[in-house]
Amino acid sequence: MPVLTYRDALNDALREEMERDPDVFLMGEEVAEYDGAYKVSRGLLEVFGDKRVVDTPITELGFAGLGVGAAMAGLRPVIEFMTFNFALLAIDQIVNNAAKMSYMSGGQFGVPIVFRGPSGAALQLASQHSQSFDSWYANVPGLKVVAPATPADAKGLLKASIRDNNPVIFLEGEMLYNTKGEVPDGDHVVPLGQAEAKREGSDVTLVCYSKSLIPTLKAADTLQNDSGISAEVVDIRTIRPLDTAMLVESVRKTNRCVIVEEGWPFSGIGAQLVDSIQQEAFDDLDAPLLRVTGADVPMPYNKKLERATKPTPQKVIDAVHRVTYTA
Amino acid sequence: MTQVHTNAGLDSARTDFYRQLLRQMLLIRRFEEKAGEAYALGQIGGFCHLYIGQEAVAVGAIAALRDDDYVTSSYREHGHALARGMSSRSVMAELFGKATGCSKGKGGSMHLFDAELNFFGGHGIVGGQIPIAAGAAFAVKYRGGDQVSLCFFGEAAVNIGSFHETLNMASLWKLPAIFLVENNRYGMGTALERASAVADIAERATSYDMDAEVVDGMDVLATFEAMERAVHRARTDKTPTLLDVNTYRFVGHSMSDASHGTYRTLEEVEENKKNDPIGKLCARLLDDDLVTHKDIEEIDAEIIAEVEDAVAFAESSPEPEPEELFTDVYKD
Repeated sequence: MPVLTYRDALNDALREEMERDPDVFLMGEEVAEYDGAYKVSRGLLEVFGDKRVVDTPITELGFAGLGVGAAMAGLRPVIEFMTFNFALLAIDQIVNNAAKMSYMSGGQFGVPIVFRGPSGAALQLASQHSQSFDSWYANVPGLKVVAPATPADAKGLLKASIRDNNPVIFLEGEMLYNTKGEVPDGDHVVPLGQAEAKREGSDVTLVCYSKSLIPTLKAADTLQNDSGISAEVVDIRTIRPLDTAMLVESVRKTNRCVIVEEGWPFSGIGAQLVDSIQQEAFDDLDAPLLRVTGADVPMPYNKKLERATKPTPQKVIDAVHRVTYTA
Repeated sequence: MTQVHTNAGLDSARTDFYRQLLRQMLLIRRFEEKAGEAYALGQIGGFCHLYIGQEAVAVGAIAALRDDDYVTSSYREHGHALARGMSSRSVMAELFGKATGCSKGKGGSMHLFDAELNFFGGHGIVGGQIPIAAGAAFAVKYRGGDQVSLCFFGEAAVNIGSFHETLNMASLWKLPAIFLVENNRYGMGTALERASAVADIAERATSYDMDAEVVDGMDVLATFEAMERAVHRARTDKTPTLLDVNTYRFVGHSMSDASHGTYRTLEEVEENKKNDPIGKLCARLLDDDLVTHKDIEEIDAEIIAEVEDAVAFAESSPEPEPEELFTDVYKD
């Protein structure tokens, strides 16, 4: 199996889907001549030309809304936000138009569109360029929200998202682009709405997605080696629709659960996961559900302060000791 | 920019066309009067923005389109939906929230849609539909087609970001789009001059190197002719146009708004009513002996019967089934 970076896996997905379907086009700031601010679209202009790889002005609301209209007219736009920090300028188009068009038209109009781009905490980019809005989008009926952690999932989920007939928010980990992993050959498609156990275990379930998979897997290794605690790591991969069944199945086995996420704690994704799990698995739980989250502050610039905001393996380990009463 | 009036005399060979314009304007007027009554009776809920006084804009503009062109509108869109060819029944039933409405009772007054007629809605956020219309135009260009995309919005939308962002993209990429400002002079109760540093809306087009025209929107033929020129530019020259179409709303902003009192005077409303677009077309057709009073009465009687049938249909239609609550959120 070839080893690819997360960036190149995304590039492959875009290239393959654009080859497969002439209605798919990529639009955004710097996607064409500059090869993408994060080089995800490298080389696509050369292959597909400027009709299908479209540089835009800095006008997020405008090109997001234009994408919605193009999707209503039958195209399948992939709209790149240079980062999801800038997508706030477009959120009216995403929430009021893309998400609701099917419902408010009585099912007459679908909006098959992907809004994608880097998201999450970065490195020393300070408050406005380093944050997670996952729960904002996940809150909205009509949207699907996808957040892959590995190159294989990045490719397979992006292909599924482009083929989906609904608006998909595709959150790429800004710090994951250079990470490498095996990616299956051929038309590798990962269906939306399916979690995956990235590590089997029996004593505690650790739930995560996107970049939080990395500290979570490290914590699981350390727990095994240092304390003999066997942690199962479940990567939800798709935030909405959520694979509640798999989470519940894992928690029924381990009876304990810690949720790891990068976003702010209040009304975060983890809060929803806690609710979904306790409804189905309350009687199976031997400890409260705990969350490890980003700190409840705007992102500081200083490196040490910044590190203190993020989920780390040690924070995960501490939480596991609390739910296993081994502290 | 000065307004161009139509001075051409009427062409008797086009009598059927003129009668069709008259019929459509009358349909909208009678439909809206009935909708106002139904609202007062509690049969229609929520916000309801009537189009009375502005009929010539929707009718004149849409008459210049082909069936495969695209139309996108704001929340004051009952008139556009009817002029586009949606049935009185499906629109009225939607206002009544019934399962037989165009949007199955899930959209209401502000969200009328018809996929078969390329009618892209019915949008409730001021200016939110402007980039959507540009997206339809982008799709036309992408596929090498020759349709055009017409977008209606009020003059108050010219100060919102989506207007500027979209006009810039449309001109930059030469999209076959027509941005039609229904300038009824008030955004709710705020007069244009109190909201816009530049009150000459057509002047805004110069910022985007776009063609513009000022149009007498109380004259259905002037509106039609200006639209024909804009359609030609879009279809043949592949360039967008901004139309500043001057009109006047004879009724309040919505059902909760008195037609006059705080932000405009009764005298102003009465003065503008003398310029009624339906009355004006009738007078011209009568002057040129292209219709008789009896013809007009017959058309009006037909229209009244059609609207009464639409109300009866809406009243007798079923409510959406409870299961409908959870359908259409996602497409398969």
